[in-house]
Amino acid sequence: MSFKDQLHSGKFALTAELQPPKGTDPSEVYGYAERWGGRVDAILIPDLQNGIMRLGSLSTCALLKQKGIEVICNLSCANRNRLALQSELLNAAALGLKNLLLFQGDPPSMGDHFDAHPVFDLDVMGLLGAAKCLREGYDLAGNDLKGKPVFFVGTQVNGAAQGPQLDLELTNMEKKIHEGADFFLAGSIYDPGLFENFMKKAAHFKVPVIVGITLLKSVGMARYINKHVEGASIPDAIIDRLLRAPDKQNVSIEIARDLIADVKPLCQGIQIIPLGWENLVIPLLDRIGR
Amino acid sequence: MIVAERKPLDEIKEMIKTFKKVLNVGCGGCTSICFTGGQREVGQLNEDLENALKQEGKMLRPDGFTIERQCNGDFYPELDEIANDYDAILSMACGAGVQFLADRYPSKPVFPALNTTFVGIDRDIGWFEENCRTCRECVLGETAGICPITRCAKSLFNGPCGGTSRDGKCEVSKDTPCAWFEIFKRLKEQNRLENILKIKPAREWRNQTRGTMVHEDYQERYAK
Repeated sequence: MSFKDQLHSGKFALTAELQPPKGTDPSEVYGYAERWGGRVDAILIPDLQNGIMRLGSLSTCALLKQKGIEVICNLSCANRNRLALQSELLNAAALGLKNLLLFQGDPPSMGDHFDAHPVFDLDVMGLLGAAKCLREGYDLAGNDLKGKPVFFVGTQVNGAAQGPQLDLELTNMEKKIHEGADFFLAGSIYDPGLFENFMKKAAHFKVPVIVGITLLKSVGMARYINKHVEGASIPDAIIDRLLRAPDKQNVSIEIARDLIADVKPLCQGIQIIPLGWENLVIPLLDRIGR
Repeated sequence: MIVAERKPLDEIKEMIKTFKKVLNVGCGGCTSICFTGGQREVGQLNEDLENALKQEGKMLRPDGFTIERQCNGDFYPELDEIANDYDAILSMACGAGVQFLADRYPSKPVFPALNTTFVGIDRDIGWFEENCRTCRECVLGETAGICPITRCAKSLFNGPCGGTSRDGKCEVSKDTPCAWFEIFKRLKEQNRLENILKIKPAREWRNQTRGTMVHEDYQERYAK
């Protein structure tokens, strides 16, 4: 069953994020993807996440697709202008990649080429609009296409937003749906209460929301996220569990398992974000019975 | 106002050190107002250059001359009379002034002493803030007088990126208010939130071609 059919049928979806290599050697990616393939519904390949230069999402997705793995191709506005973005969307379609996750993207100043010029020619609304145009058979300049691409388009939402930001997030969510968003990925959620509050207000959109669950590696990482990653809110109880645990990897899996159990009734899918602990994805799948 | 800052002294020194007679031209316009390129700063730079070059065993002190505005030919006649006496000219105007000067004296090497930084406002004496990117498509009417091109790190025009902190700051810099948070707050106070409910189409970034504008009252005068 395709990822799209999975979400449309209302069957709970499970995806995992896998970084492309920094270089051309895909062996590690193949290894993880093959091990995860039968147990997750799709693998998301990020596009220059955090402004770190890597092999692209598109080619990594194409390689994995050849091996029969369902993939979600990621594209962001940070480093390409509207010509390159539209062309990349057509590239994806030509290679048979239908699942897309379209992001605003991270500014290069966050990454390893911090002097690079950020593009942001289109914002995420513009990128969604571009995908919508292409699906309808024309480009952003109004020119007809020979052959329409078929996409299943997702985009990001901050599922931990509160107060005025929550109002803003919901306004933007509505606009994103208008521009063709078929599903949403709610970043990393660490506080199910905040996400529950978000879903109370977002559920009426009736667009599937997938929740990102990040494997927390240490107290330091948790505190860093709380301090530096906007929208992230890791409760003290989780930090305490990390602090007290002798086996950090085991408690990381347990925290993820518990978070998944808490948010599962509220959302339509989960995305596991291993952030370097890809070897823990299988043990986590074991714990959640997948 | 255009805001500029002086280049590092070593950089300016390297540009002029091979010339025998150098004229440093100040500007009484924007760069004077931001305390970077007026008469006083011309004198200070000339003294700094003389001292720095002396340490290298070179005797060179640029002469100084400040005109009202380097970006307007009407203020040049007095400078025209002396410019030919120099091997090179240093300009303490913004990038526009430097180019105007260089076009005026095409046989003279012209060097910028300043880095033009932004179009901004005076927050207080000597404290300037960028507020305009001269994008040629002003949206301030819709965004409650807050420029999302200048004040959003990603120059977004359809709402925030998701990186707004709980206290309304930008993910790129904790000291910078999120432009979209501010826009939302002010529009809400003004009961004009409908302004940002509609999707703003992709902007026409027109700054790839050189801007030229003839005021409508003067169209006839310059008609070809």
